[in-house]
Amino acid sequence: MTLLLFTVLALIALVGAVGVVMSRNAVYSALFLLVNFATIAVMYFMLSAQFLGVVQVIIYAGAIVVLFLFVIMLIGGQIGPVTVGGRRYARLLALVLGAAFLLLVVLGLGAALPPGEAPLGAPQAGSVQAVGQELYTTYLIPFELASILLLVGMLGGVVLARRYRELGKD
Amino acid sequence: MVPTAYVLVLSAVLFTIGAVGVLVRRNALIIFMCVEMMLNAVNLSLVALSNQWGNLTGQIFVFIVMAVAAVEVAIGLAIVMAIVRHKDTTNVDEINLLKW
Repeated sequence: MTLLLFTVLALIALVGAVGVVMSRNAVYSALFLLVNFATIAVMYFMLSAQFLGVVQVIIYAGAIVVLFLFVIMLIGGQIGPVTVGGRRYARLLALVLGAAFLLLVVLGLGAALPPGEAPLGAPQAGSVQAVGQELYTTYLIPFELASILLLVGMLGGVVLARRYRELGKD
Repeated sequence: MVPTAYVLVLSAVLFTIGAVGVLVRRNALIIFMCVEMMLNAVNLSLVALSNQWGNLTGQIFVFIVMAVAAVEVAIGLAIVMAIVRHKDTTNVDEINLLKW
């Protein structure tokens, strides 16, 4: 039953991923990206990482995709063909390289993973309480550094996106 | 329970699709989306391995990656906006000011 659910979710996630790459219109790409993120959030729940599932929905689906959509609406969704210019070989080369990479990764995983099923499955393993406990004790310094990073990112976004007036005018 | 290997293979496939997208597409926005997809694929594998070993460190790592991804998108889209204002294009082949 769980395996069936996982298979369906994996297919949806793959369709979303392929849709992001193949769409001609950037708005459709962003919406396919939303599908991909949502299915991955459900998978987090299945892997007993409830906190991360909720965070995934809030940050990725809620904030990042909306930010993408805002920018696409601001600059217009006119995109053109999937590949442009006389570089027909480029797509073929990318596919070959991608297939080789995938083969390499899967072979490496097959060599590295221990045989058999995942052992545990404590349902509360990734609860807000457990993750928060770790985050505010063992990993307090990385957490605070992440907040500084977010502050710097906010300032950088404001500085980059503002319009500069020419010097000397008002 | 879903075997961890299946989740890892799915994560590898998603990462590969994202990487091929970065190579194939020439629109800066879609390249960004593909980069986000690759980050998500790696996050998925980290969560799966965290579940496999019963160790929360992987989930903390995913949390930090999400914070970095949020910052990256904010800065990156601001850069795209600045480029569009300057050159009126999002095609990365035409953004070659620093190319010798």
